[in-house]
Amino acid sequence: MTERYLPLMATVTVFLALFVTGGVLYEHFFSTLVLGHILADNAFIIIAAIGTTFVILSGGIDLSIGSMIGFVGVVMARLDTLGWHPLASAAVLLAFGLLFGAAQGYIIDFCDIQPFIITLAGLFMLRGACFMVTLDSIPIRHPFVDAFADTSIPLPGDGFLASSAIVMLVVLAGAIAIAHFTRFGTNVYAIGGDRASAVLMGVPMRRTTVMIYALGGFYSALGGVIYALYTSSGYPLAGTGNELNAIAAVVLGGTLLTGGVGMVAGTLFGGMILGLIATLIIFHGSLNGAWIMIASGVLLFLFIVVQRSLVGSFNLRRSS
Amino acid sequence: MYKTFAAVFLGVSLAASGASAVTIGFSQVGDEGDWRPAFSKDMQEEAKKMGIDLKFADAQGKQEDQLKAVRAFIAQRVDAIVIAPVVVTGWDQVLKEAKRANIPVFLADRDVDVTDKSLYVTRISADFSLEGKLAGAWLAQASKGTCDVVELQGTVGSAPAIERKKGFEAVLSQFPGMKIVKTQSGDFTTEGGKKVMEAFIKATDNLKGICASFAHNDNMQLGAIQAMKEAGLKPGKDVLMVSVDYVPAMKAALAKGEANASVELRSAIGKYIYPVVTDYLKNPKELPKWIVIPSDLHVAAGN
Repeated sequence: MTERYLPLMATVTVFLALFVTGGVLYEHFFSTLVLGHILADNAFIIIAAIGTTFVILSGGIDLSIGSMIGFVGVVMARLDTLGWHPLASAAVLLAFGLLFGAAQGYIIDFCDIQPFIITLAGLFMLRGACFMVTLDSIPIRHPFVDAFADTSIPLPGDGFLASSAIVMLVVLAGAIAIAHFTRFGTNVYAIGGDRASAVLMGVPMRRTTVMIYALGGFYSALGGVIYALYTSSGYPLAGTGNELNAIAAVVLGGTLLTGGVGMVAGTLFGGMILGLIATLIIFHGSLNGAWIMIASGVLLFLFIVVQRSLVGSFNLRRSS
Repeated sequence: MYKTFAAVFLGVSLAASGASAVTIGFSQVGDEGDWRPAFSKDMQEEAKKMGIDLKFADAQGKQEDQLKAVRAFIAQRVDAIVIAPVVVTGWDQVLKEAKRANIPVFLADRDVDVTDKSLYVTRISADFSLEGKLAGAWLAQASKGTCDVVELQGTVGSAPAIERKKGFEAVLSQFPGMKIVKTQSGDFTTEGGKKVMEAFIKATDNLKGICASFAHNDNMQLGAIQAMKEAGLKPGKDVLMVSVDYVPAMKAALAKGEANASVELRSAIGKYIYPVVTDYLKNPKELPKWIVIPSDLHVAAGN
C-alpha cells in the first residue's frame, strides 16, 4: 500500500529540495513571504488543476481550462460594469462552468469521442467567446474586490496567506474528501484504472463521466473567479496556455496520465513546484523567462520517466 | 550625444565611488517584435555600465508571470522596481504590496490603470502623440503647408495608432492646405502596408494629387514603398514618405532616398530610466506622473 504514496513522496521531496536550494542560493528566499507568494500567485492554477486531477485520474483530459479562466474573467468584469456584485456573477459563472463541463462529459460519453477533441473544441469556443465579450482588459472596480484582496492570515515570519490561497486550501480539502471518501471518488479511480472492469463492476459510466467533467468545469471556473479577483480585471487573453500548466501540475503531483493512480494532494505540490521554479529563476535575475519553461519541461520529463519505471516495477511485481 | 557622455560619466563615477550597488528589479513584457528585445538588451547593458544590480524578469506576455516577478522582487527587497506592463489593468493589489514594503515602483513604456496614482512614482516613456506631431511638423515644412496626405494606420484601437494619428492631425489642423484624403489600417505590418498602398494607388489613379504618405510605423511604410515601386512610382520623389520607428531597414531606405523622414522610437532608453530611479532613491520627492523620453526626427540626406 505504501507504493501508492511513492509518487506523492517524490513530489514533496522535490518541492522541499528546490525550496532549500533557493534558500541556500539566494538571500531572503527561505521565508514565509516567498512561500505565501507562491501559494497566492499559483492559487488559481492549482484550483483549476484540482479539477483536472479528477479528469486525468479517470484517464481523460481537459483542454478547456485556460479559456474557461479567461472567459470567466471577462464576463465577471463585464457584469461588474453593469453593476453586479462579484459574488453574484461568480455564482452564475460557477454554475456555467459546471454545466459546460457536464455538457463536455455528456458528449464524450454519449458520442464516444476522445475527450482531447471535445475539450479542444471547448478551448476554441470559450476563447472565441472571450473576444466576443471584449477586446480590451476591463477593470473590476467593486469594493468587494479590494476587501477580498486585503483579507489575509499572517504567517509566522514576514509572510501572509492571501485570500486566494485560503480559498485554494479550502477547495483542496473538499476535493480530497470527494476523491477518497465518496462512492464517486472510488468510481473515478475504477474507470481510470481499468475501464472494462469498471463497467463489469457496475460503475455508472455516463453519470460518472458527466460528473467528472462537470467537476473539471466547476474548478476551472473557480480558478477563473480567483484569477479575476486576484488581478481585479478581466482580460480576453488571460489564462492562455494555462490548461497545459494545470496538466503539468497534475503530472508533477504524481498522477499518472493514463489514469487510475495519483492523489489530489499531490497536485498542490505539483503546482507549487512550477511556481517555485519561476520564483527561483526570477531571484537569479539574469536568466531569460524562457528558462522557466525549459526548467519546467526538464523536470516534467524526469517525472514521467521516473513514474514510468515505478509503474513498470509494479506490473512486474504483479505478474510474478 | 552629450547625454550619453553624461550617463557614462555618471556610471563611471558611481562605479568608482564603490557605494553599495543599487538593486533594481525590471519586469519586462516579453520579447515580441524588434523593439522590445532591443529595449531589454539596452536595460541590461546600461545597468552594467551604471553599476546597477539588475534583476531582469521576462513575463513571456503573461500577466500572471509578471505579478509573480514583481512579488519575487518585493521578497528580495530590491531598492526599486521598474515595470513595463503587459496590460493596463490588474495592478492595484501588487502595487499596494510594494508600497507596504517601501519599494518605489516606476513604469516604463505602457501605462497602468490604477485608482490610486500614488502607487507608482512616475511613468517614463516616449510620447506617441509627440511622434505624430513631429512627423506632421516635418511634413508641413517640407510641403510648405499644402499637402494631400494618405495615411497608413496602425492596428485599430492600439495606443500608438490612436496617439500618433492624434498628434499628426493636431499639426495638420493648423494648416488649411493640408488634409488626410485617405486613411486605412495596415496593422503595423509590411504586408498590410503594401496592400493598403496598392488600394490607395488604384483608388487615386496612381496617387494623382497626393503629396505625402504618413505611416504609423516603418514596416508599413516599407510595404508602401514596395507597392509604389511596383506601380512605377518613385517613392521619396513623387510622394513624400514620413513614418515612425527608425528601424534599420528604414535607415537604408532613407539613404537610398526612397523615404524622406522617420521619427525614432528609441529602444536605448535605459539611460533615461535609470537616472530617474537612482535620483529618486537618493532624494525621494514627488515627480510628475509622466516623464517623456525625447523623440528624434531623422531625415534623408539632401532633405
